[in-house]
Amino acid sequence: MAAGRQRVIDLYKTLLYMGRDYPQGYDFFRSRLKKAFQRNRDISDPEQIKMLVKRGEFVVKEIEALYMLKKYRTLKQRYSTEKDQS
Amino acid sequence: MARVLVGVKRVIDYAVKIRVKPDKSGVVTDGVKHGLNPFDEIAIEEAVRLKEKKIASEVIAVSCGISQAQESLRTALAMGADRAVHVEVPQAQYDTLLPLHVSKMLARVAVDEKADIIIVGKQAIDDDSNQTAQMTAALLGWPQATFASEVTVADGNVLVKREVDGGLETVKVKLPAVISADLRLNEPRYATLPNIMKAKKKPIKKLTAADVDVDLAPRQQVLSVEDPPIRQAGSVVPDVDTLITKLKEKGHL
Repeated sequence: MAAGRQRVIDLYKTLLYMGRDYPQGYDFFRSRLKKAFQRNRDISDPEQIKMLVKRGEFVVKEIEALYMLKKYRTLKQRYSTEKDQS
Repeated sequence: MARVLVGVKRVIDYAVKIRVKPDKSGVVTDGVKHGLNPFDEIAIEEAVRLKEKKIASEVIAVSCGISQAQESLRTALAMGADRAVHVEVPQAQYDTLLPLHVSKMLARVAVDEKADIIIVGKQAIDDDSNQTAQMTAALLGWPQATFASEVTVADGNVLVKREVDGGLETVKVKLPAVISADLRLNEPRYATLPNIMKAKKKPIKKLTAADVDVDLAPRQQVLSVEDPPIRQAGSVVPDVDTLITKLKEKGHL
């Protein structure tokens, strides 16, 4: 439990930090994030916690990819003359 | 092993809607979210990758600007730069700072730090000048490879694929050289929270314009900054004949 607790807190902090760049705003992201964590507050099975943390870490990667793609697309739209998709 | 110098600029975040000041002297920057210029992120990423491939020994990030430019240097450090140099320019002079001034500072810092490669973003998304790399190369007398979409370093030479109109051009330049990064060069990594924290311990050297012997006197005067014209609303025409008469009226046929 003790080691798991730190991992969960780290995950929450990382996500909170990433939420500052979220397209729909920080408040939107923060309230959802809090709800998502609170939903699982009663879980005490270490295996299940591990699994949920893994899922959280996957979400972190997804958000990173989302930001990168959004930036790339915006810049491409602004600075390229060719009109192809990607 | 080469030493790589990366020029970075703090600009208004790419996703922010830009507003012009009512007196037309510039754009609103107070209280607006800022970030690292996206093309400079690509430049840092390339430098850090060179270091990971053991081609570069050290990555130094440089920024010229007001004290907040340190934020962008921190981001650069978090992405993997080893140390940073901040040439501080007061706000009053920063408003009239031109790529030429920045190039002179970069050139001087490159000589002082004994850099072998300078990588910068091809342009900043705020003024879109696209001049710094070219002028820095000219001031130093180094070869330049601009709009890079692929960089390979091999025995004192750099092979750079450049994005030109209608295709790619490959140039070979001798080191030391100046490279400017185009959008497709790489996919910059995200500056994660732990790395930002670690970056706070990395050193930032502070210099002033006087330390690098650059005269900040303005060479241009901004007469007015205006919004782009708003697109006129269209109208729906009932049939082809009206369309043709309307087009003829406007002289398009």
